[in-house]
Amino acid sequence: MTALGKLFRTTTFKLTLVYLTVFGLFAAFLLGYFALNTRRLITEQITDTVNAEITGLSEQYRQGGIRRLVIVVDARARRPGSSLYLVTTFAGEALAGNVTSLPPGTLDNPGWTETAYRRLDEADAADHPEHRALVRVFQLPGGFRLLVGRDLDERERLYNIVLAAGRWSIAIVIVLGLAGGLFVTRRVLRRVDAMTETTRTIMHGDLGGRLPVAGTGDEIDRLAENLNVMLERIEALMRGLKEVSDNIAHDLKTPLTRLRNRSEQALRTAKTEAEYRAALESTIEESDGLIRTFNALLMIARAESGQGRDDMREFDAAEIAHDVGELYEPLADEKGIMLKVEADTPAPVVGNRELISQALANLVDNSIKYAETVNGAAGEIVVRALTEGERILLTVTDSGPGIPEADRGRVVERFVRLEQSRSQPGSGLGLSLAAAVARLHGGELVLADNKPGLKSVIALPRGGPVQVSG
Amino acid sequence: MPTFADINGQRPFGRVADTQPDRVNMRLLVIEDDRDAADYLVKAFREVGHVADAAIDGDDGLAMAIDGQYDVLIVDRMLPKRDGLSLIGALRAKGIETPCLILSALGQVDDRVKGLRAGGDDYLPKPYSFSELLARVEVLARRRVGRSEETVLRVGDLELDRLSHQVRRGNEEISLQPREFRLLEYLMQHAGQVVTRTMLLENVWDYHFDPQTNVIDVHISRLRSKIDKGFSQPLLHTIRGAGYMIRDGAR
Repeated sequence: MTALGKLFRTTTFKLTLVYLTVFGLFAAFLLGYFALNTRRLITEQITDTVNAEITGLSEQYRQGGIRRLVIVVDARARRPGSSLYLVTTFAGEALAGNVTSLPPGTLDNPGWTETAYRRLDEADAADHPEHRALVRVFQLPGGFRLLVGRDLDERERLYNIVLAAGRWSIAIVIVLGLAGGLFVTRRVLRRVDAMTETTRTIMHGDLGGRLPVAGTGDEIDRLAENLNVMLERIEALMRGLKEVSDNIAHDLKTPLTRLRNRSEQALRTAKTEAEYRAALESTIEESDGLIRTFNALLMIARAESGQGRDDMREFDAAEIAHDVGELYEPLADEKGIMLKVEADTPAPVVGNRELISQALANLVDNSIKYAETVNGAAGEIVVRALTEGERILLTVTDSGPGIPEADRGRVVERFVRLEQSRSQPGSGLGLSLAAAVARLHGGELVLADNKPGLKSVIALPRGGPVQVSG
Repeated sequence: MPTFADINGQRPFGRVADTQPDRVNMRLLVIEDDRDAADYLVKAFREVGHVADAAIDGDDGLAMAIDGQYDVLIVDRMLPKRDGLSLIGALRAKGIETPCLILSALGQVDDRVKGLRAGGDDYLPKPYSFSELLARVEVLARRRVGRSEETVLRVGDLELDRLSHQVRRGNEEISLQPREFRLLEYLMQHAGQVVTRTMLLENVWDYHFDPQTNVIDVHISRLRSKIDKGFSQPLLHTIRGAGYMIRDGAR
């Protein structure tokens, strides 16, 4: 019963009922109109014929007097059919015709009457029911009366047939409509139930669940597809969040543990003031590193969540390439690395100048670290800013060891770092931040092989981030 | 982004004081609702010879700032009763132009811009190192005296002409890259004051992020090799654990 109740409460079923009612009413109106019109048409036909006959008969009467009229009427009355005739005297005595048992007074009213009657040949048979007829009484000169009419049985029969047909068709409409409605409703309900079931499991924490798509491309499918895209996004965000917390746990817990261990060790073993001082100094150093890591993580999280979009305006990426190159050139030089900037043509782009500078600085910083690691003397780093179609590219190429191809994709993913990079100085979140900044601008960070070395590219849409929909 | 001055092997407060012979005592007001942090700051400022008071909410802070003749206010952004930005706004509305340094746990660029727009003169995200705070407060206090209008800056026998972009030491002309010129200009504007790496990054490069590796040190050592190399008296000094200072060592 609850299943049925649920069925009746669905929107589809309610809609079916509304449509059914509207359609039923329409059908009833149509058929009623048809029936009434048919009836009126038949009545009109009857009156026309009767009028014509009366005109004809009164002509006969005018020419041949009552005798001729009686003969003609008598002849006509004998023909089978639904035509009715009666000629009476002034007193009401029948002279000719095939009608009897008229209610009294019928003949006294000239004009049209609908009346009960019996046919003369059935007058004595009591089991014959009375018929109904539409008659016209006509006063003839000389006191005679002429009655001409038509039996209405045929009209009534037709009327009843139409009425019966109407009733049946309405009944069939209702039955079929209800059945169809139930069928459609149950189908929809089954799909909605399946969706509800899936959402319930998703609500219980299984974010991997997806709504069933029937493949019919109808509105429910479209809804399911959109919801699935949304679920996909939510799952990705949740995964990101989990990675963030895992990484925060790793990135902050490791130095925190180190911090704690050192302090503990100092308490246990330090004897002289100098030893305590050294322990305190390393504590401050370690906490500075912690704060730096924390800031980098916070910044990545902010960029990932789209903050910083408000502060976007047009600037020249080539200028940034020069600025960042100039900032790092002495550092590179000190490590025996040639740092060159090739950005001679302006590359205007809409974005957050500060964040993009930082992203580029991180790439350069990264390259300086690794270019030095492998081959200090012959290292070379080139920073470029180019316009390529609708994008601007900020590239940093180095002659370092590069990143193994298998790891390149992972490195750009949010918060994924290569194991070996965790041991490098700095927060080690540089590439993640650069990637987050690129994504914030609707662009991407691409790492490629420079043969040898690493080519890191920040590709940004020139017009700034396009708000993605759906 | 802040950098956190490396306090390597230095007594942070004592050493800063030692290397600043021309320090003047300042009257400072710390408006900070965290009593521990406020006490720490007041104590630290007193240790280096300044006069410091503390207020623990926005209303008290405002009243004290209006009455007291302070040189610099150190204002926490989030305060009970009246937040830091509205406090600064109220002060400025009264025509009180005491320099304000905003301390905030919100370190992002947009928060910083908001703080400066509200009338703050400098912005330091928490957590900060005291040497960074001290250097910035001292720069703020001197800003009024200001050397920013002078067209020729002089420290010892070093001379920087801001109009002709010429630098000379003694009789020798020194050629500098444009950025080196800006760097030296900033240092000389604040001659005798500690200038931190973050301050240099913000004011000379207009960057507010942490460049991870200490690129500033390398720029300084390049500049140093141009202005100090071959001269008996070095002018550009590294203040360990804090930053840099240009001053005439002969004084």
